[in-house]
Amino acid sequence: MAGAPILEVLSPGILTTVQDLGRGGYARWGVAPSGAVDALAARAANLLVGNPEGSAVLETTLLGLRLRLLRDTRLAVCGADLQANLDGQALPLWRSVSVRSGRILTFAGPRWGLRAYIAVAGGIDVPAVLGSRSTNLASGFGGFQGRPLRRGDVLAAGEPPPTEIEREFDSAAAGYDGPPWRLRILWGPQDEFLAEEGRERFLTTAFTVSPDSDRTGIRLEGTAVPVQPGTPDSIISEGILSGAIQLPADGRPIIVLAETASGGYRKPATVIAADLHRLGQIMPGDEVRFAAVTLEEAVALLRRREEAFRAAFRPPLCG
Amino acid sequence: MNEAADGLRFRFMGERSVLVELGDRIAPETHRRVHRLMRLLEQENWPGIRELSPGYRSLLVVFDPLELDPAELTRRIQKRASRPAAGEIPPARRIVIPVFYGGEHGPDLPEVAHRLGMTQEAVIQRHTSLVYRVYMIGFTPGFPYLGELPEELSLPRRSTPRTRVPKGSVAIAQRQTGIYPVESPGGWHLIGWTPVELFHPGRRPACLLETGDEVRFAAVEAVED
Repeated sequence: MAGAPILEVLSPGILTTVQDLGRGGYARWGVAPSGAVDALAARAANLLVGNPEGSAVLETTLLGLRLRLLRDTRLAVCGADLQANLDGQALPLWRSVSVRSGRILTFAGPRWGLRAYIAVAGGIDVPAVLGSRSTNLASGFGGFQGRPLRRGDVLAAGEPPPTEIEREFDSAAAGYDGPPWRLRILWGPQDEFLAEEGRERFLTTAFTVSPDSDRTGIRLEGTAVPVQPGTPDSIISEGILSGAIQLPADGRPIIVLAETASGGYRKPATVIAADLHRLGQIMPGDEVRFAAVTLEEAVALLRRREEAFRAAFRPPLCG
Repeated sequence: MNEAADGLRFRFMGERSVLVELGDRIAPETHRRVHRLMRLLEQENWPGIRELSPGYRSLLVVFDPLELDPAELTRRIQKRASRPAAGEIPPARRIVIPVFYGGEHGPDLPEVAHRLGMTQEAVIQRHTSLVYRVYMIGFTPGFPYLGELPEELSLPRRSTPRTRVPKGSVAIAQRQTGIYPVESPGGWHLIGWTPVELFHPGRRPACLLETGDEVRFAAVEAVED
């Protein structure tokens, strides 16, 4: 049963898509995971309105989105501060808000960050394709008709959760501390081709984010990272995950995001899981530096991040 | 790279995935071992495993490091790989793909034949004479990397890739052949076209081919002069 209409798109802004936590399990068919680039903000937004954390949300980029509410609901906006505004009043982020039918929600542009996530009670109701409601932009399936939202689109929501609890989330616990961004990495899977000089350059360079960055990857500009003489430009194609950092022949790293399932560039390093959500908020022009940690540290940091995330809701989440 | 007869090499990609390398070259035997390891891990179905993604010479294992300790996982994989399968590893499926070669369906066939010093008919004959293995599916959903193309049909990729390759195009580049499942950019040489739907997200299964399958092409129309 299709849910009831809840949002009308008056203007889609630069890029607004339906996303959940991604389409896992189909990389073997070349299907990229897609999903919210800042998964932590998407999870928080859902939990704030009482949804399961993997419900579908809207991911909007930079500015320009205008939505009309078609019925009373509760919603939460998390992630970037894009000056969310409800009928002329600033909308507080990182908390659930009850909103009346007819109200207009707008996003004027970034004070901080790049992507904001809008959850409505019941979740955005689009058909699941290959187990996910995320939009696969390159192949045109999933999400809302396999494409970014357009003016005039009407979105439905699922059955709202029975309990209505006003909640807020202490976003400091989410650990966004940029720009300038300091991303923690693990060396590998292919770091042996970096000479000592290459490793040092990688860790000491203040890279600048190229405007040519999108949901596929964050391209970095800066002093080229040198490789061992005789290193071939590419490797035999293999599976890849978001956070992997490719180093093409020009020496400029590309941080892979959610729209890639395989690749043939060498990957000297990978952003740790505890920092992946921050990749969703990195803007063109921002400064990025890398710091290396160990495998054990990366797992411990992820565990701590998850504990802090669960503990950041007021009132606390049940269960 | 030093590698024992059944040696595995583990390369972590972050703390939530590990590439298990079973060789360092593109070879049928290496790929069979990748495929066998994937089947073994599917049979084991360990909690915490999120994804198994096979490549030419490696298996990407994605897992939740809070549920499955990374070091413990590599120990288990090493141990499991050295024991025989619990059940039969199913034999490779064989799939025949009908192809319209040349003409409007394969606009690069005349140039390909010219550069290879062969007739168009000879290129078609050679391309259809072999059984190819699906080494990997990637680039776009459902795109099969098929190998190995014989040396005499090997050409480098086009110097200028096309921005739009039609869905269903059958193409060659270097020692590989493939099929474009959706319209996409592409740098391979287009020698034919197939009406077979390789990938449709609403179909079950969505993807016609699996890695490890064997594929043969069959010409369904002679080249147009």
